[in-house]
Amino acid sequence: MPFWRDPVSFIAQWLEGLLLGWGLAEGAATALLTLLGVVVVATIALLFGIILVWTERKVVARFQDRIGPNRVGPYGLFQPVADIIKLIIKEDITPLGADRVVYNIAPLLATVSVLLIWAVIPFAPTLFGTDVQVGVLYVVGVGGLGTLAIIMAGWSSNNKFALLGAFRTVAQLVSYEVPLVLVLLVPVLLARSMGLNAIVQQQEVWFVVYAPVGALIFLIASIAEIGRTPFDLLEAESEIVAGFHVEYTGMKFGLFYAAELIHALTISALTATLFLGGWRGPGAEAVPVLGAVYLLIKTGLVYFVVMWIRYTFPRIRIDHMLELCWKFLVPLSLALLVVTAVVDRAVLDAGLSTWARVGSHLLANVVLFVIAAQLVRVYARRARPIPVAEPGPIARAPEPTPAE
Amino acid sequence: MTALQVVFLLTAAGIIGSALMVVSTPNLVHAALWLVVSLFGVAVLFVLLNAAFLAVAQVVIYIGAIAILFIFAVMLTRRLLVDPGGQTNPHWWVAALVALVLFAGLAWMLGNWPGFPATAPLAPAPGAETVQELGAALVSPNAYVLPFELASVLLLAALIGAIMVAREE
Repeated sequence: MPFWRDPVSFIAQWLEGLLLGWGLAEGAATALLTLLGVVVVATIALLFGIILVWTERKVVARFQDRIGPNRVGPYGLFQPVADIIKLIIKEDITPLGADRVVYNIAPLLATVSVLLIWAVIPFAPTLFGTDVQVGVLYVVGVGGLGTLAIIMAGWSSNNKFALLGAFRTVAQLVSYEVPLVLVLLVPVLLARSMGLNAIVQQQEVWFVVYAPVGALIFLIASIAEIGRTPFDLLEAESEIVAGFHVEYTGMKFGLFYAAELIHALTISALTATLFLGGWRGPGAEAVPVLGAVYLLIKTGLVYFVVMWIRYTFPRIRIDHMLELCWKFLVPLSLALLVVTAVVDRAVLDAGLSTWARVGSHLLANVVLFVIAAQLVRVYARRARPIPVAEPGPIARAPEPTPAE
Repeated sequence: MTALQVVFLLTAAGIIGSALMVVSTPNLVHAALWLVVSLFGVAVLFVLLNAAFLAVAQVVIYIGAIAILFIFAVMLTRRLLVDPGGQTNPHWWVAALVALVLFAGLAWMLGNWPGFPATAPLAPAPGAETVQELGAALVSPNAYVLPFELASVLLLAALIGAIMVAREE
């Protein structure tokens, strides 16, 4: 296979040949190459983090009618480098009474739990860390480790604001995991597989067309999982200073920051993979490197939407956050799962074509969404009735007073 | 010794070591965190057996849900997270004796079981589609549909119970 079509596989094969040529055992060569692959993927993800700092600051500046970083390098491109140098040379403070070991492990675990997701994302038809059969479930499991990291940080800091942040985290992350898992089953059901690469291969028509409601719930629940505005209750600056990472300084804080940014990119990549066809695009099968480009473009689009939401909405109130999850997203995703299963089975038994399948799924989604929206309308009117002016007493005939 | 055996022995040692730490550390949150390490080791064992679904389910359920709720409950209910009293009382040797006798009895029983020295059936090849088979077996009347449904009813009862306990009335 020529180099320019699939550079990564080409280099991997060349390296394997080289190592075997040096007289290394085959198992050792595979282990070494796997290790190299892990290091490369993790490094690329972290490098993305550096670029994201700049993107994020530039975009928020435009949303807020500012210019953003523009002093260091052209367009302020080297601003993140300056930020990182600042973070590295800052004093490293461990608060008195902190649980040192747990305190130091927490930022590492937070970063690792995000990087682990990159192991299963298929970047191109031939380019993925590992094609786990249970890829979707793996993503959920690794997300649990991130929750654990935040609890560890909040508890070990010996600070009541950090602990409050950790409590909020558990309430939020554990709650939003429920609709997330339920809605992850929709692409699994449509693709008949839990492997992420298989899900991408099944998307001749993007799953967002099959299940737009599912894609929407996935995006909302994912934003809640990464704790971004409007769901940033775990680090609400105006209420609990900075939440779980209030005591962290220097690069340890930097790791939490990087983990949050890369997590946002990761959920964008997951949304693109599960609902927007992943690496699929014209010519991606023949030229795998194009697939990576398509995935990057789709990920960038979703990431822009995530940023757009972040800089547009105010922070949600904590009881509204829980109500949105348990009273709206969970019932809706349960209904969506049942509807998708029934419709898909019916279409399969009727032997309809792909387009009829897409159409019936889309119709079912639209009907479900209209019903849900009506229910929310009724609920909102009851919770907060629109004040209507009462007719004044002058315009009304005096009521006959009952005889005493 | 193959590489797989080395990994297995290291994992097993890690599981036993962290399990010992769970019961011996005086700090309750530390105990819960060591429990997470121990459960993670079990997930690694499942991976070594090519049981990807079980490994991931272990992480999702035990680490992602149960251990986190443990830590949460501990943090909510206790002000001082360190047990100030001693960890053992004068009768510790009785407990040790009972544990030893139990271990010896189990080992003896296992040694007499004819299936013990037999070679284990081969683990499924890596990448084999075992999830579909598992899913079909869970709802097949010839396999595990009854235990599956019973577990569902049990969980539903627990859910309703939790709601009844939490209701303000």
